Amino acid sequence: MKKQNRRDFLKSASLLTVGVAGLSTKTAKAGPKNVLSEDRMGVLVDTTVCIGCRNCEWACKIAHGLPTEPQDTYQDRSVFKEMRRPTVKALTVVNEYPNPLNSEIPTDVKIQCMHCDHPACVSACIVGAMSKQENGSVIWDTNKCIGCRYCMVACPFQIPAFEYNKAINPKIMKCDFCFERTKEGKLPACVEICPVEAITYGPRSELIKVAREKIKRFPDKYIDHIYGEYEAGGTSWLYLANQDFSKLKFPKPGDKPMPGTSESIQHGIFAYFVPPVSLYALLGGIMWITKNRKESE
Amino acid sequence: MELITKPAPIKKKFFTPGVIILLLLALNGIAFLLVRFFFGIGSVTHLNNQYPWGIWIGVDVAAGVALAAGGFTTAALGHVMHKEHYHDIVRPALLTAMLGYTFVAIGVSIDIGRWYYIWHPLIYWNGNSALFEVGICVMMYLTTLYIEFLPVVTERFIGRVNLKGIFSFLNKPIDKFLRVLDNTLSKVMFLFIILGVVLSTLHQSSLGTLMIIAGPKMHPLWQTPILPLLFLLSAISVGFPMVIFEALIASRSFGLKPEISILSDLGRMVAPILGVYLAFKIGDMVIRGTFVYLTEFNVYSVMFVIEILFGVIVPLRMFLSRAVLKSPLLLFIASSLVIFGVLLNRINNFIVAYRPPYSYGPYFPSIGEISVTVGFIAMLVLLYRIIVMNFPVISQPDKNYFPKTKFAIRGSEK
Repeated sequence: MKKQNRRDFLKSASLLTVGVAGLSTKTAKAGPKNVLSEDRMGVLVDTTVCIGCRNCEWACKIAHGLPTEPQDTYQDRSVFKEMRRPTVKALTVVNEYPNPLNSEIPTDVKIQCMHCDHPACVSACIVGAMSKQENGSVIWDTNKCIGCRYCMVACPFQIPAFEYNKAINPKIMKCDFCFERTKEGKLPACVEICPVEAITYGPRSELIKVAREKIKRFPDKYIDHIYGEYEAGGTSWLYLANQDFSKLKFPKPGDKPMPGTSESIQHGIFAYFVPPVSLYALLGGIMWITKNRKESE
Repeated sequence: MELITKPAPIKKKFFTPGVIILLLLALNGIAFLLVRFFFGIGSVTHLNNQYPWGIWIGVDVAAGVALAAGGFTTAALGHVMHKEHYHDIVRPALLTAMLGYTFVAIGVSIDIGRWYYIWHPLIYWNGNSALFEVGICVMMYLTTLYIEFLPVVTERFIGRVNLKGIFSFLNKPIDKFLRVLDNTLSKVMFLFIILGVVLSTLHQSSLGTLMIIAGPKMHPLWQTPILPLLFLLSAISVGFPMVIFEALIASRSFGLKPEISILSDLGRMVAPILGVYLAFKIGDMVIRGTFVYLTEFNVYSVMFVIEILFGVIVPLRMFLSRAVLKSPLLLFIASSLVIFGVLLNRINNFIVAYRPPYSYGPYFPSIGEISVTVGFIAMLVLLYRIIVMNFPVISQPDKNYFPKTKFAIRGSEK
């Protein structure tokens, strides 16, 4: 660092500021928005109705082109001995829990991506490969994903699965709310096949009304809690149950949207790039002053 | 300055028993890396859908970035505040930061499933993502570090370009180019130095924001909205201890006399910074009332106490003592403790504190993961050795002392 007069310094410093400011307007437009359309769709899962036939598991695999055993093998109830989680080979799974009202009929719970209204995975994804669609689904874009697995760290329901044993183009696998099927006007595969109508597809706002009505009409059959109405800021998938959801191994993410804190910190640090540019200017000032002091000594 | 010192390549034998061991460790790491590239991440690591991040992120990336903080802290001290007294340590610290960040970048690339898409953040932007910010800042900072190191390269080769045979006609143009480059760089370098400091404060703190989105999945002893501030403060506080640590190891390894006056002056600044960090850490704990978790006896409370006690409080007390600042050995121990504390803090934040809701059992790194991490550290040390033996990085007493001249050619400047 030799000769550097004041004019040079100001010239280059202002150039840099302009450059950075130019960048900031671009970033403001980029980044995924949370599309929260009024008539976004949802699914209401009534765990008191589900019989654990696991046909949804089979239909899901067929709909997503995943390898599967024949449909009749899904009647095997021994899988319920262990709690299962969605994997890269099964985007939805059914687990069984004891039923406090009737020990003869256990409670079966289908799990899959909850399709949050304010998805942590969408906020976290480094390249915006996760996105919330207008119809409520949270989907993943294979063309963007770099496989960093930050979505899995962020997800409050621990849903996304990663193809750990693939060396080339490993995928993040999770329920996509049958995005391709619903676009064609079809029902999600699991909803379509359910023989007992334990899962209902419809506008989320309507489903909440239906769920409330059910709770009101059968106060003995349901606890007064629609899981997913407020959890993690609201989810597209909603659940009814006859016992506390923690007994059915549902997590307690709280009612605030997951990305709230981190996004406000991020946007605070980068408010129109003012803090970084000010820091740059401040350091430049210190550098200039200390340099002058050195020279005058 | 009593003694005239000048950065110069160190003339020593490259191969020593230690170097052979490092080479073996590096090869062992590379072997596991090959398996990872041919059979996927799952074939080498203990990662699963519950524990998506292991030590490759917690140690190689998070701790790597923190421990490379010596680069920006000494740049701020030496160049921004113009404390000439510390100039001798700026170059070694810069080299460590450059190598450290290089390995952070490599570490990220091998951990992500689609390493060939590492450049995607450049074109697909998500301004909401803390990871995006870290990624972009690290890419920019790495470039800045390479630019900051260029003068060392030009200094090494100006007047010494000596290609043989058919390439000899290139000698003059290359020399000319190096001189122009050096001249230009010396005029604009201050821009990059400030940029480096700004980028560092940004991504050091954003690294702390990373785990905030995990919310209740992270143990409350560590999960706090001021994580970015804690990460920045701990990075700043580990900067000088890391420089002291390296300087003492390098001088031992190369049989040089450590510049203890500079190191103890550096050490004097550590205690106040550590104190501020500790104050925020304890204050945050009091305000959020998380000290109740310390009454439970489990892995979380134990790890937290170890981190704070041996990583912050003990070295803080040591750096306050005059005897410690004067003794190379005690200075080394105190610095090692700070480094240990920050390393453990990053491991705690990214691995220990992370409690996935449906875990089938705790995560512990596999032999392969540990081998790769150790291999990277070995490669880093080897590269450091190669570079300081061939480039003017470490300051040594100068026999042919020319005051204030960098190269003989620069007659124009004084």
